[in-house]
Amino acid sequence: MYCEECKQKPAAVHLTQVYNGKIIQSHLCEECAAKKGGFIFDPGNKFSIPNLLSSIFGASCSIDPDLTTEIKSCSGCGMTFNDIRQTGKLGCSNCYQVFAQEMEPTLRRIHGNSQHIGKIPTRSGEKVLLRKQLDALKTQLQEAVNHEEYEKAAEIRDGIKALESRLV
Amino acid sequence: MSIENILNCGSVKWMESQEGQDDIVISSRIRLARNVVDLPFPMRLDQKSGDECMQRVKAVCQEEMPAALNTVEYTSLAQLSILDRGILAEKHLISPGHAESDSPFGAILLNRDGSLATMVNEEDHLRIQCLLPGLQLAAGYEMAQQMDDFLESKLEYAFDERNGYLTSCPTNVGTGLRASVMLHLPAMQMTGQTGQILQTIGQLGMTVRGLYGEGTQATGNYFQMSNQITMGQSEEEICNHLQAVTEQIVEQEHLLRERLKIDLKYQLEDKIGRALGILNHARIINSTEALALLSDLRLGIDLGIVSGIQLNALNQLIVSIRPAHLQKCFAQELDPLQRDIKRAEIIQDKIKGIK
Repeated sequence: MYCEECKQKPAAVHLTQVYNGKIIQSHLCEECAAKKGGFIFDPGNKFSIPNLLSSIFGASCSIDPDLTTEIKSCSGCGMTFNDIRQTGKLGCSNCYQVFAQEMEPTLRRIHGNSQHIGKIPTRSGEKVLLRKQLDALKTQLQEAVNHEEYEKAAEIRDGIKALESRLV
Repeated sequence: MSIENILNCGSVKWMESQEGQDDIVISSRIRLARNVVDLPFPMRLDQKSGDECMQRVKAVCQEEMPAALNTVEYTSLAQLSILDRGILAEKHLISPGHAESDSPFGAILLNRDGSLATMVNEEDHLRIQCLLPGLQLAAGYEMAQQMDDFLESKLEYAFDERNGYLTSCPTNVGTGLRASVMLHLPAMQMTGQTGQILQTIGQLGMTVRGLYGEGTQATGNYFQMSNQITMGQSEEEICNHLQAVTEQIVEQEHLLRERLKIDLKYQLEDKIGRALGILNHARIINSTEALALLSDLRLGIDLGIVSGIQLNALNQLIVSIRPAHLQKCFAQELDPLQRDIKRAEIIQDKIKGIK
């Protein structure tokens, strides 16, 4: 059967519309159907982004889902890991802690083997900032030692001690 | 109320294209996704937590703000008509999803010129957006940061050391930063290069979408390019990376345009001439065709073949031919045919006097 519109390409889209009790059928090729634009044939949610995302969760979960991951639910919002897998989204910030283990492969899939190295909020981030400064100093210490700059290394070591006392 | 201004007037900050700059990069956008700790994410808000969330944000907006933010106002979406919400979406100030949502907890924090627009309770509690004309990623990030720092000083964000800023969707976790540029690439489209470029862009960690973001088509030769990964890189790295790739693409587009001017001079002028002809005389025009022809016109302006219209006006026009804008302008419900007729009218009105 050929497209009703262009009469050149084979009809691939068959639309049945019901207007006020009247049934209207049209047969169009893909291009003409796209041009008509008016009707949106919903593939029934099968190819939606959340589903795509939840497939990332699903694939990563090698454990039988009927086991323990079903029962655990987040105290903040009540979501279970199964809910997360179905919607592709988490329910609250607590979920990241509660489902840390289950989320790990997913996060790795999306962002690679990385952790956050960007901005840190000033309020909740004080400890984090200190720890990062500490790491930086430790690296500097190692470098100073490698270059045999022992005086500098001693200064850095004192700086490290001071920071460590602030963290405790 | 500044939102009234924005809803009624034609121009928003990103439309103000800068003099003497090529218009390949139309606008730059910085978006930061943030959530408040101890409340469920918007998808899981119930009446109590939803109201709580709105109250908190509203309260923050009533406090004294730093000078750069002092025109920011809070407006609940439920207060706006569907038409007005559509207008905000068409001006790129909120996402189409946010405009269409029936959640009672949606809101927007908007400043006077629309350069800072923060969505409340869209996919995350807060989505801070800074939208500026041309290629201004660094400046955009600065502004977004100011908003971010201010909000963070009053609200406690959900953040953990390993995963960074916690977001509803795991694809946004980490920096929560989506940096994007809106590009106009007619020469690339004409010479069939876009497929290849898009592939390469993908390999560089960027993604390309259409004019209105996620799920939209690349109409009128407009492409929105943004970073894909949000964790594992610093915000500065993400912006610099996008800037570098954008500059490469701009250069490519330039080279192609130069080639076209020489190799296909007549075809180019013909295409632009025809666009002008149709735009000037059509009585009915749908938005796809209008966008395509306006894109040709834009190219004509860039190449100096067409004169008599400013790019600002063109930017405004592209938005004012969208459905919600048309309906607001003519203050009545319009069916598709009427819209197409009015669209033609508006276009002719704006472009008379061009040659």
